Amino acid sequence: MAPELNGKKFLLQGNEAMAEGAIAAGCRFFAGYPITPASEISERMSYRLPQVDGTFIQMEDEISSLGAVIGASLAGVKSMTATSGPGFSLMQENLGYACITEVPCVVVNVMRGGPSTGLPTSPAQGDVLQARWGTHGDHPVIVLSVSSVSECFSIIVTAFNLSEKYRVPVVVLSDEVVAHSRETFTIPAADSIEVVDRIVPNVPPEWYKPYEDNSRGVPPMAAMGDGYRHHVTGLVHDAHGFPTERPDEIEAFLKRQFRKITNGFFEIQITKKFNIEDAEIAVIAYGSVARSAHRAVAMARSQGIKAGLIQLVTLFPFPKSTVVNVMRQCKAVLVPEMNMGQISREAKRVNTGLTKVFKYNRIDGQLISPVEIFEELQKM
Amino acid sequence: MFSGMTELRHKYLRHHKKFPHVWCPGCGNGIVLGALIRAIERLNLEKDDIVFASGIGCSGRMPTYVDFNTLHTTHGRALTFATGIKLANPSLNVIAVMGDGDATAIGGNHFIHAARRNLDLTAIIINNQIYGMTGGQASPTTPYGAQSTTSPFSNIEHAFSIAELAVAAGASFVARGTVYHAAQLDKLLEKGINKIGFSVVEIMSNCHVQFGRRNQMGDPVTMLNWLKEHAVSKDNGSSMPPDSLDAKFTIGILADTDKPDYIEEYKKIRLKAQRG
Repeated sequence: MAPELNGKKFLLQGNEAMAEGAIAAGCRFFAGYPITPASEISERMSYRLPQVDGTFIQMEDEISSLGAVIGASLAGVKSMTATSGPGFSLMQENLGYACITEVPCVVVNVMRGGPSTGLPTSPAQGDVLQARWGTHGDHPVIVLSVSSVSECFSIIVTAFNLSEKYRVPVVVLSDEVVAHSRETFTIPAADSIEVVDRIVPNVPPEWYKPYEDNSRGVPPMAAMGDGYRHHVTGLVHDAHGFPTERPDEIEAFLKRQFRKITNGFFEIQITKKFNIEDAEIAVIAYGSVARSAHRAVAMARSQGIKAGLIQLVTLFPFPKSTVVNVMRQCKAVLVPEMNMGQISREAKRVNTGLTKVFKYNRIDGQLISPVEIFEELQKM
Repeated sequence: MFSGMTELRHKYLRHHKKFPHVWCPGCGNGIVLGALIRAIERLNLEKDDIVFASGIGCSGRMPTYVDFNTLHTTHGRALTFATGIKLANPSLNVIAVMGDGDATAIGGNHFIHAARRNLDLTAIIINNQIYGMTGGQASPTTPYGAQSTTSPFSNIEHAFSIAELAVAAGASFVARGTVYHAAQLDKLLEKGINKIGFSVVEIMSNCHVQFGRRNQMGDPVTMLNWLKEHAVSKDNGSSMPPDSLDAKFTIGILADTDKPDYIEEYKKIRLKAQRG
């Protein structure tokens, strides 16, 4: 029998908590390729998955890892891979395939300094826009971010749930600081974790249209081998799944991809607010920087500065309505990031003259500290 | 009254949905598909239990036409998707069809690692010695000295011998056939699908439109005759790879070995892991 971990307290690093979160979410297949600083996710999965009748495989590269993950999901098994920047670039081809074939899967990118081999053991947040726009073609994506060991667990569960519900690949961005920090964490009781499974067809096989539109824009998904023989292709396809070149079918198909995500904004766009109610200035942060920002806001409050924080858990679709509301309320916002300004571009895009948007950037492989953010807040 | 083959077509082809097909008149792909259907019929496999995956190119369109669980993946990656499917549901019969460029250029790494890993998949590689769909560019199996749209003066690279490559990489079952030797092809595919472990069936085929036309073999009959004249039975000599236009190549079964496949091995891993 596999050891029972639920309800017990552990000293876990972020990467290990991610593996546990995935298993709690029902993930039973993992394919990956070694890369720093994500390898501990693979290692933990290679140990844990066979305990729960799941399957781990180490593939020959990141391209094949995501290919195998999509294949396993097509056969009905919740699947995940994890990598870092260089591997994430290799995955972009098959990430687009998962988008156009609407195959649920979770792709973790533990960000390190780039470009190229860059800084393998240092944190960065340089892949934010790659996560949004990395694959070719116009496509919607869901990109989530994590800032703590406990979020590594809970947000992976959320990632699987959103992926299953909307039939999209979900990218989870971590970074080297979150991945390798150890914190005490109690794995929640199994029955306290909400797990969503994809909707499967309830019509006879001869009636099944694998890509037929409905009110949610998310067609039920049959697993290969369940008797619903159908065709899956990376070509733009009709409701039956066969290639089409008819402009009316192409447009309807691609617009449905966007509509299904737009319909779900209310639950997809996740943010956390700290001291925002009466804030006059606010920090917009994500990932490990959100931890520093949290501390910086407390320091500012102790000095009488009315500062607040919005932590973006969902980076894309960008949580515009929450951010805009804070912009209306605050005389200035600060976006600290370990890149030259990727989310600050989004903040500036939605700002439309409501407030002043300041950015604070570090790209030297070091985490932005609470003091640095506090000093920026004092200037505002 | 239908003939036997017509009945098979009605049973296995998506004849009311997806025809006419995209292949040129005289293309060898139809012969490969016919042989595959006959092999599956003889093995008496359920259509629901078959996954037929492909990559990109003319061969990539093959799954579209047959009534199995079908998957048209990205270029060169068919075996990676097939790997995930088979591991997620080992009761499925997973067959991947690829072209020579698909399997040995862009997908070459996946191909040798699938052979090494010995997961129970069947890889069918249609080797027409050219990139057909994109317009006749040189592939890793275009013979030395041949003409193509990217070797307009002469191909100065040497060809891969796909079947021999698969043997060296550790595949459990390796065979080479041609679309001329159709009766033998049925049997090779039947054996390949039936084999537990990673099987490779390389099929020498004709692309008279993109390869033959530029190499003095511009019609299907000339190309089929070329296949007939250059194929040497395994029983009549040692292995000879197709490496120039004049060279002969071996057909028949090149390897048939028994070793535990990945699924069997992984079952043991689960037992070890669960013993605690």
